[in-house]
Amino acid sequence: MSVAVHIRQGFQGFDLDVSFEAAAGLTVLFGSSGSGKTSVINAVAGLSRPAQSRIVVNGEVLSDSAAGRWVPPHQRSLGYVFQEGRLFPHMTVRNNLLYGNGLAKGRAEVASFDQVVEILGIGSLLERRPAELSGGEKQRVAIGRALLARPKLILADEPLAALDEPRKAEILPYFERLRDEFSLPILYVTHSIAEVARLATTVVALKDGKVDRVGPAAEVLSDPSFTPMGPRAVGAVLDAKVVMHHEDGLTELSANGVALMLPQLSHAIGDQVRVRVAAHDVILSREAPKGLSALNIVAGRVQSVRSGGGPGAIVSVDTKAGRILARITRRSAAALALEEGVTCYAVMKSVSVAPQDIGTR
Amino acid sequence: MSGWLGPQEWAAVGLSLKVAFWAMMGAVVPGVFVAYALARWEFFGKQFVNVLVHLPLVLPPVATGYLLLVTFGTQGVVGSALKEIGVVFAFRWTGAALAAAVMAFPLLVRSIRLSIEAIDPKLEQAAATLGATRMRVFFTVTLPLMLPGLLAGMVLAFAKAMGEFGATITFVSNIPGQTRTLPSAIYAFLQVPGGEAAAMRLVVVSIIVAAGALILSEVLARRIAAKVGQS
Repeated sequence: MSVAVHIRQGFQGFDLDVSFEAAAGLTVLFGSSGSGKTSVINAVAGLSRPAQSRIVVNGEVLSDSAAGRWVPPHQRSLGYVFQEGRLFPHMTVRNNLLYGNGLAKGRAEVASFDQVVEILGIGSLLERRPAELSGGEKQRVAIGRALLARPKLILADEPLAALDEPRKAEILPYFERLRDEFSLPILYVTHSIAEVARLATTVVALKDGKVDRVGPAAEVLSDPSFTPMGPRAVGAVLDAKVVMHHEDGLTELSANGVALMLPQLSHAIGDQVRVRVAAHDVILSREAPKGLSALNIVAGRVQSVRSGGGPGAIVSVDTKAGRILARITRRSAAALALEEGVTCYAVMKSVSVAPQDIGTR
Repeated sequence: MSGWLGPQEWAAVGLSLKVAFWAMMGAVVPGVFVAYALARWEFFGKQFVNVLVHLPLVLPPVATGYLLLVTFGTQGVVGSALKEIGVVFAFRWTGAALAAAVMAFPLLVRSIRLSIEAIDPKLEQAAATLGATRMRVFFTVTLPLMLPGLLAGMVLAFAKAMGEFGATITFVSNIPGQTRTLPSAIYAFLQVPGGEAAAMRLVVVSIIVAAGALILSEVLARRIAAKVGQS
């Protein structure tokens, strides 16, 4: 289960030169608009044909310009979820779902029709036409249609970008289930750091047509020098397990033995979750704080202090719960004498973890 | 009803319907192909093809008819070759149908092309990623979505074929029962004394057929649009 991509293509004033390998799970192609991420996913789909490319999915060579090999899109065994859904307007939901299914008789089924309908909760929509569906319903059907095409690879190009916040929250869990319940590689394009934090197994960060970072999500996101959306969007990801739901409305998590308190989560006890802690929500203290209203205090050791030209600095702290990033002022960093190796305490207000930043692992 | 029109007039009406039907049927497949090529493909000489297709719309019909005669007449380049295999257009109803098809072709292509251009190519891409070959994409996505435009174009082509006069009379003359279509018959009746009444009856028939075709296309287009889910 792996995806290896190498693409080189020169457009007018824009050179795309991207190489990466991703292990199983969900690989996020992350970058701002114009970074080339959609060009990459369309090359993998075979919808565009870069001058130089070598694309291998699970050992199958889909494209190798050096060897003159290029598999057309309809033979690539894909399930592509587009930003705008792209459902066929003249077909019912049922026929949309079955469109690719009937064309891929030879391949193993990823999930049965009934399973897909059940997972996505679209049983009541089957006889409707796309024009009668809401945005969120359309995307659910689009996911179902991709799954039923018996794909060997799922592609998703900003599948949530056209949706409003509540709809995004409705669709995100389906991608988590895709990642966790099916052993399919997924290539997912987004410019949302929250989606990266929640979904990514591997992050491939693109910048101006080049690969900026590749690596496991937690590693890339907790790298203090990785500030693709500016320092305000920096935040580390912690893996945690739901321990118990307290009566006062808090949920206790355990991140490698460190207790974290969060406002009530809907997850069941024992569930693995990912918590994203935004760097600007973290306060640092050299001594164990006392008499503080914040519930989550984690001891750690400063791993690095980075500052740019501005007044801010990003301090990365290795704790038992995982790496935490804190965004503080350079003045505070100097006042606390924060430097590599010193011990300190990271203080997080429990309410600072927004629900959309908590994902099932 | 048969007493209302004379046998000659009936012959003209029947011939016109036959000519228009076959002109429409003969033009539709090449029409779809040309419209698809113009709408979706980039190729060398595209502008030339576009002009060629639209030429019958702007050329004097008599000139088109003459060109057909030169090409498809028994002495013509294509006509003489076709004669070898037993296909004759000159002075036959098939020639009238050919003339009508050529004259109706630009209208048909325009209508179909517009309806293809209205289809988002991204839908066709989506179908390809789901495993559909180009051919299947065309028949399962493109064709159903362009159906309202195709139908409107066919009705328009039929109506145009019913009314074609200049190219027809130049190419295949005005032979009763063979090439005397409705317009030719109206013209012929107006050339003889006392023919006005017959001419007027045929004009009424023309109006009925044309109006019927328009209503039919409207109804069908609405039904299909409702089914396709685009309005």
